[in-house]
Amino acid sequence: MSEKGKLALYWGASCGGCEIAVLGIDDKILQVADAFDIVFWPVAVDAKVRSIEKMEDKSIDLCLFNGAIRTSEQEYMARLLRQKSKVLVAFGSCAHEGCIPGLANMTDKEAIFQTAYHDTPSTHNPDDVRPQTETEVAEGTLTLPYFYETVKTLDQTIDVDYYLPGCPPEPERIWDALTAILTNQLPPPGTVIGETTTVCDVCPREREEKKIKEFKRTWEIIPDPDKCLLDQGIICCGIATRAGCGALCPTVGSPCIGCYGPNEGVEDFGARMMSALASVIDSDDPAEIDRIIQEGIPDPMGSFYRFSMAHGELRRVAPISGNGKPGEPA
Amino acid sequence: MTEETFQPKIIGFLCNWCSYRAADLAGTARMKYEPNVRIIRVMCSGRVDPSFILKALSMGADGVMIAGCHPGECHYLEQNYKTMRRFSMLKHTLRAMGIEDERVRLQWASAAEGGVLAKAINEMVEQVRSLGPLNWSEHWSENGRIEESIGNLLQEHEEAMEVPA
Repeated sequence: MSEKGKLALYWGASCGGCEIAVLGIDDKILQVADAFDIVFWPVAVDAKVRSIEKMEDKSIDLCLFNGAIRTSEQEYMARLLRQKSKVLVAFGSCAHEGCIPGLANMTDKEAIFQTAYHDTPSTHNPDDVRPQTETEVAEGTLTLPYFYETVKTLDQTIDVDYYLPGCPPEPERIWDALTAILTNQLPPPGTVIGETTTVCDVCPREREEKKIKEFKRTWEIIPDPDKCLLDQGIICCGIATRAGCGALCPTVGSPCIGCYGPNEGVEDFGARMMSALASVIDSDDPAEIDRIIQEGIPDPMGSFYRFSMAHGELRRVAPISGNGKPGEPA
Repeated sequence: MTEETFQPKIIGFLCNWCSYRAADLAGTARMKYEPNVRIIRVMCSGRVDPSFILKALSMGADGVMIAGCHPGECHYLEQNYKTMRRFSMLKHTLRAMGIEDERVRLQWASAAEGGVLAKAINEMVEQVRSLGPLNWSEHWSENGRIEESIGNLLQEHEEAMEVPA
């Protein structure tokens, strides 16, 4: 047998971008192949779940798990890979904090099924057939995974050793992580592999003291190319977001939307955004403050929790009644 | 047993300089008010990060009260204006999350206003009581369906045909 390590990659609720991001390290992937045998990677390698089930516990050296958890099958795979892996990394924003799939927590299972199996214009479903976890047919019982009401992050499901943030993680950070693992220079468990500062710190734009009278949406102004976007009233999430991307978006005039997740020490990304943005509103008059906020931020969930809904303290909005809209407060 | 009235759990973040002293005053003046507020003393209402409120609600609180010095009277000059703005921002977001307005309240109460604080607490307890328990973490429970479904999956794997290596 070779002395190579064993590497597994798997995905839960995700778009597949993280799988491609792995290849973003370019020819260094060959060094990965030199160091590891890929035992499981459904996107690229033909391997069976059963063969993973038969492996000894802790026999996989490294598992990179991308994607959030929204079905019982994904939860099963997460538990299985945890059991078989020495080091398990939550790879990318979905596994780390729910990301875009986590926005399903703005609604619920019934509303999602209603849209997917009924309302969409291309759906023809006169008998209103919906997925069932168990269906009796002549040959026996067919089963499907249970679809969750609330999307979970990976660490709400299993123990996670490291986090690699980003939607998707930048190739340089992926390589940093792989190098740390290959050279056995692992940081303490629980570490988020990235920088411990914010996107603002690496953003080249000039900052002044912030005083905001009006929040603007990106289509409302053509931003000054050199000045801080938030100074200009555009909601930029750089203030709460972990550096690691190199401030790609603000550099080219597009506000940070927070894909690299909360900065070190930030538990709830949205709370940090709320706190930071509220502090710089230039008004002491309650009515004017309300107006600035309500007119300037029409979609607080989308602005503050685009990537971290499932990871926030509340994880989801209050359950709804199947109309696809959050319940109106009483 | 008679049916008990619902006793809401309310977390109160009270500032050291005004509102906590207001609560003290209410106590020494032997004013009666509802015992449902668990008080946490903070140095300033401006210390109360929105995440504290979200965390309290997620961990079982039915409501949260933030109390501080009146605007213009902050011990730290203007931090309670930040509280005011953060509170407005938080309410805006909580509405989008479907959490009722009455569950989170900002109350100004100076050190001399024991009665104001006691009245506000009574009012809030009554409002939250009529809304009922929040029980937020129940929303994540999936009604116990997870283990059952994983059990089905395992059984299916048992029954599936062996794939030759």
